[in-house]
Amino acid sequence: MTDHTDTVTANGQTGAPLWLLAELTYRCPLQCSYCSNPLDFAAVGEELTTAEWIDALTQARALGAVQLGFSGGEPLVRRDLETLVAEAHRLGFYSNLITSGLGLDESRIEALREAGLDHIQISLQASDPDVAAAVAGSRKAHAKKLAMARAVKAAGYPMVLNVVLHRHNIDRLDAIIALCDELGADAVELANCQLYGWAYLNRAGLLPSRAQLEAAEATTRRWREHLAARGRDMRLLFVVPDYYADRPKACMGGWGSIFMTLAPDGAVLPCHSARMLPMRFPNVRERPLREAWYASEAFNRYRGEAWMSEPCRSCDERHRDVGGCRCQAYLLTGDPTATDPVCDLSPDHHLIEAARREAARDTRSAAELTPRNAHESRVFCRA
Amino acid sequence: MNGAAITGASVCRLRPGWRLQWEEAQQRHVLLYPEGMVQLNDSAGAILTQLDGHRDVNEVIAALQAQYSEAPAAAIAEDVHDFLVDAARQGWIHHD
Repeated sequence: MTDHTDTVTANGQTGAPLWLLAELTYRCPLQCSYCSNPLDFAAVGEELTTAEWIDALTQARALGAVQLGFSGGEPLVRRDLETLVAEAHRLGFYSNLITSGLGLDESRIEALREAGLDHIQISLQASDPDVAAAVAGSRKAHAKKLAMARAVKAAGYPMVLNVVLHRHNIDRLDAIIALCDELGADAVELANCQLYGWAYLNRAGLLPSRAQLEAAEATTRRWREHLAARGRDMRLLFVVPDYYADRPKACMGGWGSIFMTLAPDGAVLPCHSARMLPMRFPNVRERPLREAWYASEAFNRYRGEAWMSEPCRSCDERHRDVGGCRCQAYLLTGDPTATDPVCDLSPDHHLIEAARREAARDTRSAAELTPRNAHESRVFCRA
Repeated sequence: MNGAAITGASVCRLRPGWRLQWEEAQQRHVLLYPEGMVQLNDSAGAILTQLDGHRDVNEVIAALQAQYSEAPAAAIAEDVHDFLVDAARQGWIHHD
């Protein structure tokens, strides 16, 4: 096959932040126990104003950012979302709305479309309202999500559904994919829960067993064949949980490499979970984005390979996996420069094995996990 | 509609919701789609730029032959056809 893409080689120079994740707010009507927002979100300062967001988007576009995700929290909580989408469109961004679907209705879909929004991704918790309610803490949400998924499709958008998988819904994957098929999805992200933030807090109650995971992979393969045989174009993207991998993911394609997150209060981060690391991040209210990206100590700290410790430092695979995830290294070992313990070459890999054993002993139901809400968050703000 | 072979009379267009754009910061064309981006090389960018949803493959080839008159016309025709077949296979474009 011929390659029609440009070869982008690492030349040791910092490239542009091609991807911008705009976390407009940490407010959310749902309380998903697998949320990756920071535990102390309730203590995060005031949200950027409309004018501040427009200024930040303008700066990011000038830096070369082109893929833009509006996320949160629930971005639809912001009443100025349509204004920000219109501005993003004018600037030349390809804009994606990453939403629970709550706060959406036909007129808002139309308004967002007119503003130039390119894509809406709706998340589903499960195939049935009971599991969805236990996970997200809302009984009404599931029906609303289905109605909005249909409305998004009817408005002419490609329908991409996102389902976060964990031990409480992964056994129903067959029904989940069948539902997505029936809804007319163009693509489905079956994303095993990433264990950060609230999901890390609830880790033992979320992590599936290896048997569950293997069954889910088999179900996905069967559906791919089934869809192909029907000539149905619905892409299934299965994201493996890294606690069952033996090599770490190249997190964010490398720290400060192509990805930038702007948090609700203007914090400039290399990913959406990094703010819990023991370091100071720049804020767009205090420094221009260009300076934050290219010159801040935080963004330069884990660029390249000089910061790496053993076994990464002398490992041939370090260019490929960039040592894994700094947040995961810190969460598990307390040292953000450690090799991601997911790697079975890591001296800390036993921590991953212990987490799997701990999860196997956990008998809590989905409803018994700690819900992600402001009340619970205040506990962590005091700590 | 994508099972059929691409011929000179086919009209190709970008997949709905996808967008082709020149990126000054990257000095190349990119193909943007939901939460993703293809960074195109020069010839892929030049061909996709010609897909306006009206002109058929023969017209696209003629336009590119006029634009790159120093290159052999037959080679351009073959490159364009091969590229479009591959782009359709990868789901970047749809055709009649």
